[in-house]
Amino acid sequence: MNCKGVIRELSNYIDGELDAVVKQELEHHLAHCEDCTMIVDQTKKTIEILCDSQPVSLSTDVRSRLHETLREKTGQKPT
Amino acid sequence: MLSAILTAEKGYGAPFGSFLGTLSTPSPHRLSSTIVREDEHLLVAAARAGDTAAFEELVNRYEGKIFRLTRNITGNHEDAEDAMQDAFLKAYAHLQDFHGDSRFYTWLVRIAANEALMRLRKRRPNQFSLDEQIEGDTDFFPRELEDWGPTPEQKYTQTEMQNIVGDVIDSLEPEYRIVFLLRDFEELSTQETAETLGISVPAIKSRLLRARLKLREKLNRHFRQGAPN
Repeated sequence: MNCKGVIRELSNYIDGELDAVVKQELEHHLAHCEDCTMIVDQTKKTIEILCDSQPVSLSTDVRSRLHETLREKTGQKPT
Repeated sequence: MLSAILTAEKGYGAPFGSFLGTLSTPSPHRLSSTIVREDEHLLVAAARAGDTAAFEELVNRYEGKIFRLTRNITGNHEDAEDAMQDAFLKAYAHLQDFHGDSRFYTWLVRIAANEALMRLRKRRPNQFSLDEQIEGDTDFFPRELEDWGPTPEQKYTQTEMQNIVGDVIDSLEPEYRIVFLLRDFEELSTQETAETLGISVPAIKSRLLRARLKLREKLNRHFRQGAPN
């Protein structure tokens, strides 16, 4: 496998969706290619960092509007 | 598209635990993540039986995550709030169509994503299309290759990192951003993402690869050794 092949299979590799033979070929390439190793590692890190954020805490106003509307539409009495 | 989501939910099995593990809702009845996972189906069953308090508990649990999703898709606070509100209302109105074949949260994410996408399209007509021809994967080879060091995120404070993450995601083109958000952020499967957006599995895979590579390059500008912080 060459560098373009690694990029083509990058997502499948990260997601664990490669079959064993292709995975072995890709990892054989990585063992000898610093650039591709860097791309693989940094792409994994990118996903890790970008997906690490916490749920948003709604402001009091937004939350009040949401729950008031839901109660109004669902016929629920305010608690 | 939405009607298909509301009624067709078989075969969904996206990983879910990691997000529940970081659940941070302002509910006064906050429960541990394990309990959240285990009793969700009870709350859904109660809500389906007409227990509005049970539905409100589900809203309490997921409002923060759903708002984060609609905000990330629309890039606009007002649209995000409207999309979140309408998503919960539609979920409530169609609870009878939810049969528990998928996780309730996955079902909710799909409804919310479409509500957000609809508003994004209204605000930016003709600026993006999920249907356009996909490019070949091999013509996008990463150009910027620089060492980040072992823990690049530690260059920045938590607030700075939150701003960087927000800016980087916002700057990605919508047709890539929404695929990244559904697949990597919300952990929908490729099939679920394809069904949600009404495009093919190969198109989802292609967009996700490009999204990840583009995001890596955007982060590279912050994380490369010697980059100003």
